Amino acid sequence: MQTAQNLTQYRDELKGALSNEFLRKAMDNFAVAYRGSRVRAFTGIDVETLVSQIATAKDASISRLDQLFAEFKEKAEKAGVHVHLARTAQEANEIIGRIAENADCKKIVKSKSMTAEETLLNHHLEAKGMEVTETDLGEWIIQLRHEGPTHMVMPAIHLSRFQVADLFTGVTGHEQDAEIERLVKVARRELRQKYVDADMGISGANFCVAETGSLGIITNEGNARLVTTLPRVHVAIAGLDKLTPTLEDALRVIKVLPRNATGQAITSYVTWITGPSECQASPDGKKEMHVVFLDNGRSALAKDPIFSQVLRCVRCGACANVCPVYRLVGGHQMGHIYIGAIGLILTYFFHGREAAKNLVQNCINCGACKHVCAAGIDLPRLIKDVHARILDEDGHPTQSTLLGKVLKNRTLFHTLLRTARLAQRPFKTQGGFLRHLPLIFDKSQNFRALPAIASKAFRDRWPEIRPRVDKPTMKIALFSGCVQDFVYPEQLEAAVRVIAGQNVQVEFPMGQTCCGLPAQMMGETEASREVARLNMTAIDAADYDYIVTSCASCASHLKHAYPRLAGEEGQVKAQQFADKVIDFSSFVHDVLGVGEEAFTGTGKKTAYHSPCHLCRGLGVIDQPRELLRDAGVEYVPTEEEDVCCGFGGTFSMKFPELSAETLERKLKIVEESGAQELVTDCPGCVMQLRGGAERRGMRLNVRHIAESLAERLK
Amino acid sequence: MTATATLADTFAEKAKLVSAVVSTVKSLEEAFDYTVDLCAKKEACKLLISGCGEPLSPPAEGLCETKQEKVVAAPALPAAQFKAFKKRCDESGFKLLQKGMRDNLGGIDIGFTVADWGIADTGTLVIDSSSEELRLATMISEIHVAVLPISKIVADTAAQMKQQVALMRKTPNYTAFVTGASRTADIERVLALGVHGPLELHILLLED
Ligand code: SF4
Ligand code: SF4
Repeated sequence: MQTAQNLTQYRDELKGALSNEFLRKAMDNFAVAYRGSRVRAFTGIDVETLVSQIATAKDASISRLDQLFAEFKEKAEKAGVHVHLARTAQEANEIIGRIAENADCKKIVKSKSMTAEETLLNHHLEAKGMEVTETDLGEWIIQLRHEGPTHMVMPAIHLSRFQVADLFTGVTGHEQDAEIERLVKVARRELRQKYVDADMGISGANFCVAETGSLGIITNEGNARLVTTLPRVHVAIAGLDKLTPTLEDALRVIKVLPRNATGQAITSYVTWITGPSECQASPDGKKEMHVVFLDNGRSALAKDPIFSQVLRCVRCGACANVCPVYRLVGGHQMGHIYIGAIGLILTYFFHGREAAKNLVQNCINCGACKHVCAAGIDLPRLIKDVHARILDEDGHPTQSTLLGKVLKNRTLFHTLLRTARLAQRPFKTQGGFLRHLPLIFDKSQNFRALPAIASKAFRDRWPEIRPRVDKPTMKIALFSGCVQDFVYPEQLEAAVRVIAGQNVQVEFPMGQTCCGLPAQMMGETEASREVARLNMTAIDAADYDYIVTSCASCASHLKHAYPRLAGEEGQVKAQQFADKVIDFSSFVHDVLGVGEEAFTGTGKKTAYHSPCHLCRGLGVIDQPRELLRDAGVEYVPTEEEDVCCGFGGTFSMKFPELSAETLERKLKIVEESGAQELVTDCPGCVMQLRGGAERRGMRLNVRHIAESLAERLK
Repeated sequence: MTATATLADTFAEKAKLVSAVVSTVKSLEEAFDYTVDLCAKKEACKLLISGCGEPLSPPAEGLCETKQEKVVAAPALPAAQFKAFKKRCDESGFKLLQKGMRDNLGGIDIGFTVADWGIADTGTLVIDSSSEELRLATMISEIHVAVLPISKIVADTAAQMKQQVALMRKTPNYTAFVTGASRTADIERVLALGVHGPLELHILLLED
């Protein structure tokens, strides 16, 4: 749960999590194991098609929740179920409390339900003097610890067997050994007794199938089966988003959900309950059954043009499993009640701005969550949108407003960058790194050496280096991005050398400026829209065959965000612009068809870092690797090539500790590979990785792939 | 190989992946023998059941003590078959129950059922568990033995969907998809079988 008042407090909590060694190791092992098991689970399955079918089907049901609710209610009531609709969390709790009182229930067993976590149902019932026992092993463990889950599927993933043994010692009154197998057996026996005593069972529901009025519940332990069978009253609580038109829709989700959650083809149990079944514990031999639907803002969300897609979520937890931030700090820090990428968004809607305001900034924008989401939700974008909304409601911090203002004015921005070059002079070292950082940086940035502003920006070099081509076969516009323009102009120069030899007329429209991603990352939507407009004016897409950029982050932002930012009236131009944007490696490899024949010489042992915005943002995987091979470089594949380097632009400024840890792991892997050189497709990654290698004292040459290729040109 | 035989192979392969024990039987009688054999020779049936040897709280301990015999339950069997099964159990000294699961919540040794369908691509049993006795037998048993007629195996859930929807329309209904034994990985992500439900699942493919 989020209790931090401000970002500084939140950062302190993050540091606390980072120093929890057990947590770090557990999370790390999990992240690595999960990757492999997910791949195995989906072997031979066309995940993309399935996910897009799920997304389409979910969108269709989200658009008619009222109808589905009515249909479900009719069918379920006909079968003898009491169906309730709670507008708010409190209302849901009250309804369930009343059901318990009316049926004279005192002891309640519960199977897992994120919705009940959302409403804090247990607190409500316990305050009424009822005894509530969670029966999912993980949930029971955290209940005994009086804390919230740290994962939607594995709620106690942050705890060790020793901690569990201590808890169980307390519960049983006997010393327990920290042997997992035995601890599970102890839980089996202790909880069995609870089922026997209980008069009410509360479950969640993964599906509320409208065509039959049935509940579908997925579990591995089988606890939901006992919860829905033994006590004489069964109450299921479900968000309205769990309404599913048909069994077919539900079965489609089941094909993906367990595979995505834990790498299982299917969970041990899938239970379909239609109507109150026979129950020998009831006086009349029939169970009393209720379904409580929770709205809590869902109907309104369903109508929101941007955010309705969050209701597609099937709670598989995968967006946490792959998140580099989650991997470092776990769910208590990377969530409130809902966890991981989806948690960052839902917290704002279900638990409010205060709980969400710090949390929502803790996203590095690496896109890993979106890539695996079972429902194809554009999570990173929605996280940024929530952030922007919170700023609009809460007020923008000076720093961020300032950044927005500066970015909107290109001349001012570029003048500032040039002035910064002069200001940094006394701090610069031979290697081009800043030893002592100018005022805006604090010492927590010291985990990597930061580069100096180049003595001459790319735009100022352009008139001299502009290649003359006699009979060009195509005409392209270069988009530099700020980093290559002002910090690493040599990267773009190298790119120009590779491209120019291919009969291409290269232009560098001077009116271009920052792509606007940093503004977006800070939640400055207005500035990011204005900057997009500036760039689309500076580079008239109709005038070029391609718009080439050797910054992966810029490429992905230009391509995906511009059409969205442009609004209706700017759509045509923005789409045309976006369609022409291409990253350097794809342009050279796919469009120009540059191959072996262009290169000469042998290369050093080289590792590759696949930038988030290239591999996931643009789906570019093979091109850079093939180029390296063609260029005669000895490319050594390494583990986790596509895991984020920890840069994330402004992220690394806000959360330096997290950025540093992510970087550290990356460099360790590269070090172990014995590579002498590390190349990548993004100047931001170069900045992070080179700075880290320098700080670590590694003899590793980090550079842009364009430089590596240019060096080997015939 | 016939199509059903291939489906049966796939089913067996997938079920084994999730630690189910799969064998083939030629008749229901053979399935009874298998179960009695499992209970006797392999000592699967014990007075002291899983977890009851651990240091427990007094109420949990009390529930353990309610189990005084070796118990097999076969709630849904037709009378003639139940009789044949009972004869075998009697000979070996086990109690065979047809009902009264609620009096045995401490646990029973083996729950014996006949599944309604098998789903090959995940090794899943589909069991209409609307009868409370049958449902409980598959939940509170230490070992669940399920007979699956090979003719009832279909390729995937899509192939069984129509029948499933039909089941769900006949209210009330409680249908279970069962794949392997009850499992958890909630402590340190270490897999442990048998947390709330059966510790073992034995599937007997019936050649019919
Ligand atoms: S974009 Fe990356 S950092 Fe942000 S939530 Fe998704 S996985 Fe985590
Ligand atoms: S947002 Fe997507 S990945 Fe995350 S829990 Fe929901 S469905 Fe799974």
